[in-house]
Amino acid sequence: MISQRAWLAVALLLAAAGAQAQISGGVVKIGVLSDMSSLYSDIGGPGSVAAARMAVEDFAPAKHGLKVEIVSADHQNKPDVGSAIARNWYDTEGVDVIVDVPTSSVALAVSQVTKDKNKVFLVSGAASSDLTGKACTPNTIHWTYDTWMLANGTGNAIVKQGGDTWFFITADYAFGHALERDTAEVVKKAGGKVLGAVRHPLNNQDFSSFLLQAQASKAKIIGLANAGGDTINSIKQASEFGIVKGGQNLAGLLVFLSDVHGLGLDKAQGLIFTETFYWDMNPQTRAFAKRMAAANNGKYPTMVQAGVYSAITHYLKAVAAGKTDADGAKVVAKMKSMPTDDPLFGKGSIRADGRKIHPAYLVEVKKPSESKGPYDYYKIRATIPADQAFRPIDQGDCPLVKK
Amino acid sequence: MDSIFGIPVQALFGQLLIGLINGSFYALLSLGLAVIFGLLNIINFTHGAQYMVGAFCAWFLLTKLGIGYWWSLLLVPIAVGVFGIVIERLMLSRLYKLDHLYGLLLTFGLALIMQGLFRHEFGTSGTPYAMPEQLAGGRNLGFMFLPNYRAWVIVASMLVCLATWFVIEKTKLGAYLRAATENPALVQAFGINVPRMITLTYGFGVALAAFAGVMAAPIYQVNPLMGADLIIVVFAVVVIGGMGSIMGSIVTGFALGLIEGLTKVFYPEASNTVIFIIMAIVLMIKPAGLFGTVR
Repeated sequence: MISQRAWLAVALLLAAAGAQAQISGGVVKIGVLSDMSSLYSDIGGPGSVAAARMAVEDFAPAKHGLKVEIVSADHQNKPDVGSAIARNWYDTEGVDVIVDVPTSSVALAVSQVTKDKNKVFLVSGAASSDLTGKACTPNTIHWTYDTWMLANGTGNAIVKQGGDTWFFITADYAFGHALERDTAEVVKKAGGKVLGAVRHPLNNQDFSSFLLQAQASKAKIIGLANAGGDTINSIKQASEFGIVKGGQNLAGLLVFLSDVHGLGLDKAQGLIFTETFYWDMNPQTRAFAKRMAAANNGKYPTMVQAGVYSAITHYLKAVAAGKTDADGAKVVAKMKSMPTDDPLFGKGSIRADGRKIHPAYLVEVKKPSESKGPYDYYKIRATIPADQAFRPIDQGDCPLVKK
Repeated sequence: MDSIFGIPVQALFGQLLIGLINGSFYALLSLGLAVIFGLLNIINFTHGAQYMVGAFCAWFLLTKLGIGYWWSLLLVPIAVGVFGIVIERLMLSRLYKLDHLYGLLLTFGLALIMQGLFRHEFGTSGTPYAMPEQLAGGRNLGFMFLPNYRAWVIVASMLVCLATWFVIEKTKLGAYLRAATENPALVQAFGINVPRMITLTYGFGVALAAFAGVMAAPIYQVNPLMGADLIIVVFAVVVIGGMGSIMGSIVTGFALGLIEGLTKVFYPEASNTVIFIIMAIVLMIKPAGLFGTVR
């Protein structure tokens, strides 16, 4: 009797150890790599860490026999800093997956490191469509949005309204260039014309000189291919220089909820842009926003932070289903094979090139008189269905896609 | 002759004027730094943070207490200046006998702490500050649209710069100050309270930074990082002008604004490096700066 029990115990222990061995280090370690201190830190940053915590909490890892840990770091928007942290995390800290990473130049570097180390990279904050185009890898999934999607949503809508001549004010790095390129293509395809562009350094304070050049171009639309603090200052100073009063219109190509909050409705009203998540869409998104605000100094979630939640949720599901986190490419393959479903983005899927697919929303910023209070900022003007929101898979030149 | 290197002359005028406006911020900030360095031998790295605090104070006065721009222009420099005096009395005054480096480290640390606190509280998107009504709008100059507020920035900062220069270089008070930095023991022997003068000078330098902060609030986003972005450039301006030279920092501030403005037209990608290139060249040719003297 006793020996039978002892054998059972040994067998159970072995089984447990066997299951453990598939999870590297016995724990699924998630690294949130973001801009924690500079111009993009309200878009991702500490809010992304809070979203990651909530995703893990809601997944209840113990129920699936998993142990999950979260670490975070500041990449300072520098590719060298970002890839050094990624390498250190993968090599010595036992991190299995990196999420978020705003700033496309950093994301492209981390994507390469992730592939070399065969781990998993879930991009929420970065925008460049090259991540699922010519720079795609079997280890990277681009979750929330990308430059093609922004260009397609916003560019098309504006050209249709008659904004057919464009001048770009572009952030001078991978993201800005990709956004300008993708938008210019959309504009030309829709019959519009691009009259010129000016490139400004990342994290610029004064845009008056660039705005004057845009004014001189006489373009109907001034496309802002920048983000965060750069977009805020561009819009603010454009109003000072009477750009809109002079008959030209601004197109903020990448605007986040936090930017609108920073600008105030007075300056931001009437802006049209594309997002994939807005907190005030249904009871689940509203509940999520309330929780996020409580966890993140009263700030409502941006689409990037929502994307972090959604991506981690699906990743943990895949790890639980496949019972392993050791082989990054295999985990990503598993994630691609499962349909996605979470309270924030609803049902969706992940394509072979690593592009996560879901609907996008064309939004317009409310007038101050239409808003009921802080963070009541958007009117949703159109929904772009999931199958039209992102670049068709055969047009991205991703080597993973067989033609 | 209606274009120079492919840029229409009219557009060029506009860009030069914009450069001058940005230059007036450089001048205001570098002036405060130069006063503090020239008279106290302290490299005041908190200057950018004090500029940021000035902008936030203006925002706070407007949104919480309903006190408008014009009063802020007076009250904020006084408040932040007093805060500077407290810092000087409690901490900086203990470092005068030590190497420059200690003052630099202390003020740099203080700047990081101040920025960190504001970032924690307000995030990095910042908050908007409304343009004062009297200065909203602008006029068409023919070659460009000049917002009234920017015109005011040039006038106000020129006045403040020249007044400061006048007080320090041309009045009796200024003479005492300069004498006190040359030979504090002797000046004290004449019955002048040197430590108090030094303290007030630091407070004045800090007040200048806060004044620039209030001036900047309606144009730039009021943002915890607004000073950190600017302070490095301003230091370059001071180094080019010659550490401690009052006139040097004013002239170089405006001149570098102009040069940066031109760079934004001809090769915008280099607009945030051009000042450092100039700094490197000046340091190689004239290590004491354009207006500096070797001590």
